[in-house]
Amino acid sequence: MSIPQDERRPSPEAMLRAARAEEVKIEHGGKLKIFLGYAAGVGKTYTMLEAARIRQREGRDVVAAYVESHGRAETDALLEGLECLPKAQHEYQGVLLPELDIDGVLARRPQLVLVDELAHTNVPGSRHEKRWQDILEILAAGIDVYTTVNVQHFESVNDVVTQITGVVVRETVPDSILDRAAEIRLVDIPPEELLERLHQGKIYIPEQVAWATEKFFRHGNLIALRELSMRRAAARVDEEMRAYMETRAIPGPWPVTERLLVCASGSPFSEKLIRTTRRLAEELKAQWFTVYIETPSLAKQQQENRERVWRDLRLAESLGAEVATLTATSVSEAIIDYALRHNVTRIVVGKPNKSRWREFLRPPIVDQIIRLSGAIHVHVVSIEPAPIKPGSHFSRSKRQVPWLEYLASLVLVTAATMVSFLVGSILSPTNMVMIFLLAVVLAAVRLGLKPAILTATLGVMAFDFFFVPPRLTFNVADSEYIFTFIGLFTVGVVISTLVAKANGRAVALRERELQTESLYYLSRDLAAAVDLESIMAAVIKNISETLNAKLAVLVPEGEQMKISSISKGLALDVKELAVADWAYRNRRTAGLGTETLGSAELLYLPLHTASCFLGVLGVKLGQVADYRSPHHRRLLDAFVTQISQAMERVYLSMQAEQAQILQARESLERALLNSISHDLRTPLVSIIGALSSLRDETLQISDTARKEFLTGAWDEAERLNRFVGNLLDMTRLEAGELKMKMELCDVQDLVGCALAALDQRLKGRTVNVKLEPTIPLVRMDMVLMTQVLINLLDNALKYSPIESSIEITVQADNTFLTVEVLDCGPGIPEQDLQRVFDKFYRIPIPEGTKGTGLGLSICKGIVEAHDGRIWAENQQEGGLRIVIELPLDEKGGNDKIK
Amino acid sequence: MTKSNNLPRILVVDDEPAIQRFLTTALNGEEFIVHQAETGHAALTAVVTTKPEVILLDLGLPDMDGCEVIKRIRQWSQVPIIVLSVRDREGDKVMALNAGADDYLTKPFGVGELLARIRVALRRTLQQTPEPVYRIDELEIDLARRRVLVRGEEVSLTPTEYDLLRLLVTHAGKVLTHRQILKEIWGAAYLEQPHVLRVNVSNLRHKLEKDASRPSYILTEVGVGYRLKST
Repeated sequence: MSIPQDERRPSPEAMLRAARAEEVKIEHGGKLKIFLGYAAGVGKTYTMLEAARIRQREGRDVVAAYVESHGRAETDALLEGLECLPKAQHEYQGVLLPELDIDGVLARRPQLVLVDELAHTNVPGSRHEKRWQDILEILAAGIDVYTTVNVQHFESVNDVVTQITGVVVRETVPDSILDRAAEIRLVDIPPEELLERLHQGKIYIPEQVAWATEKFFRHGNLIALRELSMRRAAARVDEEMRAYMETRAIPGPWPVTERLLVCASGSPFSEKLIRTTRRLAEELKAQWFTVYIETPSLAKQQQENRERVWRDLRLAESLGAEVATLTATSVSEAIIDYALRHNVTRIVVGKPNKSRWREFLRPPIVDQIIRLSGAIHVHVVSIEPAPIKPGSHFSRSKRQVPWLEYLASLVLVTAATMVSFLVGSILSPTNMVMIFLLAVVLAAVRLGLKPAILTATLGVMAFDFFFVPPRLTFNVADSEYIFTFIGLFTVGVVISTLVAKANGRAVALRERELQTESLYYLSRDLAAAVDLESIMAAVIKNISETLNAKLAVLVPEGEQMKISSISKGLALDVKELAVADWAYRNRRTAGLGTETLGSAELLYLPLHTASCFLGVLGVKLGQVADYRSPHHRRLLDAFVTQISQAMERVYLSMQAEQAQILQARESLERALLNSISHDLRTPLVSIIGALSSLRDETLQISDTARKEFLTGAWDEAERLNRFVGNLLDMTRLEAGELKMKMELCDVQDLVGCALAALDQRLKGRTVNVKLEPTIPLVRMDMVLMTQVLINLLDNALKYSPIESSIEITVQADNTFLTVEVLDCGPGIPEQDLQRVFDKFYRIPIPEGTKGTGLGLSICKGIVEAHDGRIWAENQQEGGLRIVIELPLDEKGGNDKIK
Repeated sequence: MTKSNNLPRILVVDDEPAIQRFLTTALNGEEFIVHQAETGHAALTAVVTTKPEVILLDLGLPDMDGCEVIKRIRQWSQVPIIVLSVRDREGDKVMALNAGADDYLTKPFGVGELLARIRVALRRTLQQTPEPVYRIDELEIDLARRRVLVRGEEVSLTPTEYDLLRLLVTHAGKVLTHRQILKEIWGAAYLEQPHVLRVNVSNLRHKLEKDASRPSYILTEVGVGYRLKST
């Protein structure tokens, strides 16, 4: 049995993954090595420089692009002998700050570059917001990078570090960069030694030491951080080991692949929830997803949360999650639906902190999810709310009090009261309530929840005061009216809540409808577009309308990006073009609203399909906030996909067309070669044969034979000459070298010249010329048109029986000159009538071909150059008729022959 | 020796040895003395040293353009020049003729055709004043009396038609370009109005020719000009 062996073989998926990982490394050229420490002073830079020196001794081209020695003597000593690139100087608020000169590095192109401080945040206005982004670009250029970082800067441990040390670390690095690293070197010294070095002043200058010891360099902190760094490095080793074992089919207990899902809501807890999920995913070696669900009922609140949601999603993305935004009516259903579609095994939710009675009114989403989850595990995480920062969305969300609405509810109640007075005589108080109820319903529908409650309250009071006995007091005699009050209240609250919900749903629906509609229009226009120009027109028209944006589409031309199409009033300067260029080369979104080259004026999205990169879409939205709105980003993403597909389709069809043209040309060339070799050689056979016979003195040749030989050779020589002439004409026509010399010409002279040219061959043949005496002089190139007529007559002679006659008729009306050449030959099969004017077409005659197949196509070329038409038709009584029609202009038509 | 001195001298200017050989053979047999030149400069020298009666000139010479050779010869000599060239485009022909060449033959050509052209040229060199009466087939033109007869019957021509016919007669057998005719009959102002000429030629043909569609006296050199058929 071979099954156990089979089981041990690596699965195709695993092999593929490994292959892809290899590919990524090869494709992205540069290798990244991270020197990971747990605090300043552990010796990261020192270790990095040591390693660099070794590489240098091995003959590698090593350059230090940004190394901070912090004045430490040992480090400085190591720096000597290494080439240091000058740092770029960026001005910020009047101060020059040194930064990594990324363009300098790319221009210098060393094999290995040293860049300290992976987590550094660049001066605003730099190309990238963060240094790790600079490093990714250097790596993408195929340059190896050595860099240093402390463990607390990694996104996933950021909150843990804050918990342990109480220090908020603001400069963070996504964990994905660790995965990108080819090697991680843990730089470790015991905390005691580190503290000793600190006190010796080797790390900070003495004034800072006291502060540092108190704040950060506490023994406990250091131990915790050290453990974190070791665990992070160990996790990495573990991963590699697992990957290795998997590809080499080393048996081991593999857990089922886990997939985690967390939902971002923009609430203050989201961030913590996302970090927790990341850690959980890390432990489980699981893939994880973060979704944001837009619902109509929460639309208003979500408006305010947009910024937070966006930040949450970016955070999740930087932590390695797959991110999606969905629109749905029910959060719980959407989450479960997404989870099922993506084979999610665990859903992470926060523990609700709503009060009991609200839970009673509406079950919390957690409960709904748990009820719907089925086989999916649900993790309920307890979270403490993060401290609300002053100026956060709560203070911003304070709406102005809707005084006008309250006033309107007062008016409504007054009106209801007055109507009740009017009809008071005929209605009992119980039915009078209906009038107040109507007011409450109106308020709920028109004015919203709070004015509706106010209306209900005032209504109850007015009803009580004026109509419930004892009148003009708030006392109530009959306790039944208590129910009336409660009823009035409940109706107001329920209706206004329903209306608010319905409104929200309608707004969301309308928004979605607009999106669908604009996508539909764009895709419709794109489907109709047959060339790039119409695609560009459709793009500019549709997207600028939908998003109220200005657009530019840029395509690469040679080494540069060229604007292919641009909205009116939008202009891109060199700097913008450079951002577009970056987006295209790095195949990533850049510009305004992103972390790369965020100071640009437009957002640049690369246009690409699975197989090719086509260009960049530049977008200038109406408001800066729009750049971060998930709604806009989602639409733009959809647009980009559609545009890319349309562009690819056009490019592919252009390629196909070109291939077809090439093929047509090739077959034409083949035909030409065949024709030339046939038509040049055949006459030479007779000529050389005849001449060799005549030259050979040993042969006894009779006078008749001699004459026969000579006639044959002569005819063939003539034919050869005609063929060469045709070839030359064709070449001139093709090369566009024909310069027409248009002059007023006598058509009779034209016919005469053609007949004269064929004088020898016309001997014994009858040619009837029917020519109206009133034919005007016609503007044409006489030489070329004579050639046309000669070719037509030549054809007629070739393909009609020797005893038959040939007819030429010339007619003219006010608009056209018509010349016809008629023969009594076999004609042409109907289906070939069009094709006779094609190059190298030969009329199929069993006894072999006599023509070159060029004559008629030359005729067509010349006639069309005269703006005329030429066609062939079979005569009813047999034989072919070829018709030439030349337009007569005012100048040509008037000079009648006297 | 004495005999050869009386034979007409022909200078053949062509850089193709095969064509030189062919022409020499063809012409020697026809009782001409053939001189050869391979380049334009050699040709100019040979015109002085050999004093030919007719020059056969190829336009594509290695050192200079054929038209240039014609112009230089025309500065001091009226010796007939017949151009032989593979350039079959009418512009080239017209250029050579306007530069002063007398006739034009496109390669390839038959020896009979060449000899006929040479004879026409020689006749014009030998007899400077044309015969007062010109006859060909059924056409008779009496230049002294300004009379034109077709099959013995007088034909009435307009003054312009007569002038045109007279010009062709005095250069019978030679190609006259449109330009040359227009300049001679209508004056320099009409150089760009060739349709005037075409209308008159057409009218002349209707009066003189048996079938105007297949003229036998006034022959059209397509894109170049006209030639009167010579005996």
